[in-house]
Amino acid sequence: MPENAAELLDRPAADAAVAEVNEFTELEPVEVVAADLLVEEISIDGMCGVY
Amino acid sequence: MTVTAAPLTTVFQSGLDAPICLTWELTYACNLSCVHCLSSSGRRDPAELTTDECKRVIDEFERMQVFYVNIGGGEPTVRPDFWELVDYATAHHVGVKFSTNGLRITPEVARRLAGSNYIDVQISLDGATAEVNDAVRGRGSFEMATRAMRNLADAGFAGFKISVVMTRHNVAQLDAFKAVADSFGAQLRITRLRPSGRGADVWDELHPTASQQRVLYDWLVAHGENVLTGDSFFHLAGYGQELPGLNMCGAGRVVCLIDPVGDVYACPFAIHEEFLAGNVRAPGGFAAVWRGSDLFAGLRRPQSGGACASCSAFEACQGGCMAAKFFTGLPLDGPDPECVRGFGEAALATADFARRPSGDHSHRGRPAAARGPVPVTIGPRPDHGTVVRDTVVRDVPDRACDQSPLAGFTP
Amino acid sequence: MSTSEFDLDAAWRLHPQVSIRPERFGALLYHFGTRRLSFLKNPALLAVVSGLATHPSARAACADAGIGAAELPAYTRALATLAESQMICGRTAS
Repeated sequence: MPENAAELLDRPAADAAVAEVNEFTELEPVEVVAADLLVEEISIDGMCGVY
Repeated sequence: MTVTAAPLTTVFQSGLDAPICLTWELTYACNLSCVHCLSSSGRRDPAELTTDECKRVIDEFERMQVFYVNIGGGEPTVRPDFWELVDYATAHHVGVKFSTNGLRITPEVARRLAGSNYIDVQISLDGATAEVNDAVRGRGSFEMATRAMRNLADAGFAGFKISVVMTRHNVAQLDAFKAVADSFGAQLRITRLRPSGRGADVWDELHPTASQQRVLYDWLVAHGENVLTGDSFFHLAGYGQELPGLNMCGAGRVVCLIDPVGDVYACPFAIHEEFLAGNVRAPGGFAAVWRGSDLFAGLRRPQSGGACASCSAFEACQGGCMAAKFFTGLPLDGPDPECVRGFGEAALATADFARRPSGDHSHRGRPAAARGPVPVTIGPRPDHGTVVRDTVVRDVPDRACDQSPLAGFTP
Repeated sequence: MSTSEFDLDAAWRLHPQVSIRPERFGALLYHFGTRRLSFLKNPALLAVVSGLATHPSARAACADAGIGAAELPAYTRALATLAESQMICGRTAS
């Protein structure tokens, strides 16, 4: 329910509809970590402590 | 819903169920007497793992899914069972890279190696010229290594490694080393000199100066794209840009050392009781040591950083190399002796006496490498025929290398 | 290979020279041919990769591993990275 429902009712009908739609279509934010982080390549020689 | 991923080093610093790779020194015997040898090698130890014991260790690697093992020594190829063990490893899904001074890399051996996908070779070289190299590794060693490299190249072995320990006397040869590697179709690898083994004796005069260290770092940043480092210069991350690699100490976390008598150390540069985690001959073998030793558990706990924690470079350099600090007598929770901010140098002025390595398998009466060939005691070992740790000490012709390091070597 | 080039609807499998080692936080992948080492940084991605060979498409493997629509681009990018380093390869439909 829009916070300022009363204000919206005062606006021209078209704008109010758009405002409402925008508010309700905002889903919970999805955190997607950059895909690079899912796979990381390291050199088999890149570990200290091997000859 | 979130897609999460932990930073890699955070995960690795708390340890894994098995090493990713590790170093396995197969023997302390060596035909050379390099002045900086990190394992103080030369003479075989009477209690070295038998062929069967080695195979049991390889079986463990297979079970633990260790991806590859870096076999070294001493000079690993002087073991009569060397090729048998390499074949056994690769047949059991364990990749092998072995480090050698080139002693046994004949054209025939080179052809055999070139045909295998699971074996990699690393030739040790510490000078781009015989003059610089032989001063550290002994007269004739440059020629021997060059011959081995020629044989590998001629056999079509592309991408074998040339491994260089950076010293005060070869920093100026970085471009030349790259050229040598390119000329053989090999890949250059440069690594850090640590004050370990015989390195403790020569570290003061051989380790790169502070300004040389900067040269080295700049060179790696500018030209090091195809140059391997074994992540051994992570202490230089304090200069700014991190070099490729995990940029952390892998000891006891993702790597470790198994020495010729089965002792397990955190790292090949830390052969000292302080870093001894156990022995593969004990019940539970290598796996039990890797997973259960108190030493490794301690290394896998979050490290505080101690005196270094307040330095702005600490995040990058992580306080540097544990072994370098230990053998120069510095506290482990303080700066690396080669700290790029100069804090190590300052600390050295008031450091405890430098610690000695725990063992010494050096050839007796060894001269400095520059003074010529290594004199060797000829004749049966005093303990020939005795039983040491369930192994009969044998001094037979087929192990003549114990008597003369150059036995069997045809120039 | 970019995300847009990775074919989610093709059949994929782990390269035969690759060894997967599951870990607490995901998995390690080592390619014995290329000597490259990759770390899969979460168990869901491991599930996807492990399932590739037995699903008709990468998309199906993702779905079966519980990957939702919002996350799919991230996993597609990860699969593209693995394909680029030859850790996974296409398989002829069977």
